[in-house]
Amino acid sequence: MPEETPTAQAPDYHYPPMDQRKVIGTRVTRLDGIAKSTGAAKYNSDVTPKDLLFAVLVTSPYAHARVKSIDTSAAEKLRGVTAVRTILEAGKEVQWEGQEVAIVAATTEEIARDAARLVQVDYEVLPHMVREDDLDKAGANAKPAGEQVSGDPDQAFKDADVVSEGVYGIPVITHCCLEPHGLSVAWNGDHIDYWPSTQGVSDAAGDLARALTVPASNIHVDMQYIGGGFGSKFQAEAFGVQCAQLSKASGGRPVRLFLDRDLELLNMGNRPSGFGNIKVAAKKDGTITAWQSQTWSTGGLGGGGFGAELFPYVYHQVPNRRVNHTAVSTNCGSARAWRAPNHPQASYLTCSALDDLAAKLNMDPLDLFQKNAGYTARADSYRAQLQKAAELIEWKKNWHPRGEGTGVVRRGLGLGVGTWGGAGHASKCLTTIHPDGTVVVELGSQDLGTGTRTVIAMVAAETLGLPVSAVQVNIGDNKYPQSGASGGSTTVGGVSASTRKASVNALQKLFEQVAPSLGTTPDKLEASEGVIRVKGDSSKSMPWQMACNKLGVNKISEMGENEPRRAPREGLNSSGVAGVQMADVSVDTETGVVRMNRMVAVHDCGLVINPRTAESQVMGACIMSICAALSEERVMDQQTGRMLNADMEFYKLAGIGDIGEIIVHMDITPENDKRGAIGLGEPPTIPGIVSIANAVANAIGVRVGRVPLTPDRVLAALEGRNA
Amino acid sequence: MSEKKSPKTSASKASGFSRRGFLTSVGVTSGALTTGILGTAAPAAAAEPAVAGPGPVPFTLTINGKPYKVNLEPRTTLCDALRNHLEFTAAKRVCDRGTCGACTVILDGKAVYSCTVLAIDAQGRKIETLEGISTPDHPHAVSQAFVNNDAQQCGYCTPGFVVAAKAFLDHNLNPTYEEVKRGLGGNLCRCGTYVGVRKAVLEAAKHQHGVANA
Repeated sequence: MPEETPTAQAPDYHYPPMDQRKVIGTRVTRLDGIAKSTGAAKYNSDVTPKDLLFAVLVTSPYAHARVKSIDTSAAEKLRGVTAVRTILEAGKEVQWEGQEVAIVAATTEEIARDAARLVQVDYEVLPHMVREDDLDKAGANAKPAGEQVSGDPDQAFKDADVVSEGVYGIPVITHCCLEPHGLSVAWNGDHIDYWPSTQGVSDAAGDLARALTVPASNIHVDMQYIGGGFGSKFQAEAFGVQCAQLSKASGGRPVRLFLDRDLELLNMGNRPSGFGNIKVAAKKDGTITAWQSQTWSTGGLGGGGFGAELFPYVYHQVPNRRVNHTAVSTNCGSARAWRAPNHPQASYLTCSALDDLAAKLNMDPLDLFQKNAGYTARADSYRAQLQKAAELIEWKKNWHPRGEGTGVVRRGLGLGVGTWGGAGHASKCLTTIHPDGTVVVELGSQDLGTGTRTVIAMVAAETLGLPVSAVQVNIGDNKYPQSGASGGSTTVGGVSASTRKASVNALQKLFEQVAPSLGTTPDKLEASEGVIRVKGDSSKSMPWQMACNKLGVNKISEMGENEPRRAPREGLNSSGVAGVQMADVSVDTETGVVRMNRMVAVHDCGLVINPRTAESQVMGACIMSICAALSEERVMDQQTGRMLNADMEFYKLAGIGDIGEIIVHMDITPENDKRGAIGLGEPPTIPGIVSIANAVANAIGVRVGRVPLTPDRVLAALEGRNA
Repeated sequence: MSEKKSPKTSASKASGFSRRGFLTSVGVTSGALTTGILGTAAPAAAAEPAVAGPGPVPFTLTINGKPYKVNLEPRTTLCDALRNHLEFTAAKRVCDRGTCGACTVILDGKAVYSCTVLAIDAQGRKIETLEGISTPDHPHAVSQAFVNNDAQQCGYCTPGFVVAAKAFLDHNLNPTYEEVKRGLGGNLCRCGTYVGVRKAVLEAAKHQHGVANA
């Protein structure tokens, strides 16, 4: 088939060269900042439609049980209750603590809670398995995927100068979105008003429609703000579908349910664990020659977790390797995408093993990671980023060989690496130029707090030669053109490209209207600094508003679309990034407490539209990594089958005083810029945890084989015990 | 939890309802409770305690200087009263157990977690929510500083942080960096905005200092 050739009239969508940009690349304040910091921003958990009812779930207290009977009669009789529904029929099994069994709706939340307590459920308790850390105890719940071998690992291990072995583990963590999963929904006749907390505004109606077998076109989705998602808020939840049914059964009154914290942590997704027995071989000079890993993890009932093919992570082209991965099924809530699915675990397991290898070689791990960069897919990026990060954390000045720290409080440095794709998703945008000069940009997208609104406005403003404040951005509603869900770092690439194309197309139409008045042709015009002018002749120009007045009564509305298949050719976005993070910690060897001194993060993400929000996102990811490295862990009790910390007291997130200093360096270069926009949601969440774990090993001289690096584990490692 | 966040636990004379009265009314004796908040809340009740509830009780809350008549069950928290029964939604319900600070409001000049204060105990007291402190047209210096320093991502923790920071600065005119880290230790963020928050609070302090010296 012949290559598609662009028509002669196809506009040039490329961004102007870096040095000619007025808006893109500047540090723009997020557009919805004031709404959020004054409390005026209405999240869907804040939306209170008239005659609102409240729903409360009845859930299983057991990790595994059979429902013998459900009696809802007492609940139904309670004054104020408008509807009760059973979710599981008698005879069905519940498979984890928190699984939904029934649901009630009432005029107040207090009454709904009383009603939920009145639902009588009899269970036959069945055996459960909720822990996967000891693979030997997993029995039939363990399902190995099968060994994959490349090269000749046996010979390579035999020939090696040094072989390093270790066992490492990273637990399940939850998303712990501050705004819990939830919705309000009103089902009136044919029409459904739907206010979900979702990462996919354009897709949400279709998802609910399928479950309810109503036309998606009858569902209106509105979500202006979302209080965190991190990969866990894509689907219309089972309870969401139930709430719609409760609304219908309650005469169409709106029903709201935003989950309590325990159910949020039990049911609404988590990141699979990652454990591994790992063996690495190398030559004396640090060249890695072989890799062997037996990894295992749980993602809940379905087993799940990542594949063996991820190993060794980033250093993927090690010539001889033997890998196997075992998925362990547990009676726990199911895993969901969690920022950079599987990569933080793979980075943790791989970079821990490589750091231990360096220690065994008496080598600086920075040198080992540098030396083997040829095994990565982006060798130049890793070399440059390792060097830059080392400079920023003053590696050569502050690093000491493992275990050579002295005193009670010992300082250490560690590093980690990551990689991600981040190609832009499918996105459509409508740019409208009104005769009075106002500009409206509309997409069925969503801003997860990453700054999507701001980025869209910046791209339109750059294209139209206007200040950011002149662009009105409408998102968060499925009446706008369809745009992808926000997952996998795909949003910025998608929405920036569709906005750019729609705005170029609209501007083109405006040029056609204005060219005669300026005595020229449309192709000779440019829009910059609030005027339309003849390129190279600033004497022939017209202010933006005057140009728009030429439209008479006819506004210009033009679409732009990012099609992932064609995007790479258009140069507006691409995928594939590196990333390096380093940590500087102090460990109190008497108490086992780890303190963060500093973290450095160096990342590339192609063309950076707003360095200000990009840096914020990287800092946030570093802080999430600090949580996961030092305190965050889902703790399951095999005796009772329950999660011991389904709350925020003992499911521990770092506080403002726990994070040390964070230095972010975005790798903004002409080479990276040429690639177009690449997403940044996932990459910075990957290398941080292991950089902290490696820094602790460097500080105290021994590997703490499990994160989070809690004081008990640190002390046990210091005493040579297994914690 | 920092001391400033402890809700006032003595029985409110203005209300006519003592906490023991409430506990009696819901059929629990205070002696059986060991949680921090209720455990300290057993004033010696000499006279026969007034009983409220368990059904809805009419009373008035003074929020941002204005009276609001409500009819609420005594068990309703101030957080739920604000969010579900009135339209003050800046304070967010996140942990609902006095850990995360997203529901922070100012009660008689002190920052409290509104999820651990019963609405009925807040009657006769001065309740300030973020809506009364800061609006998009007239943002408080702390709100503006949060924007200037990009101290927010999803923004769900932000109102609680802004209120806590405002209360902190009311009592600490010129805090050090270390004091900010301790003073805002009662609020949690999941997106990881603490770097911006630290800068924002220091910027707002400087602004406040400037105003105070003017």
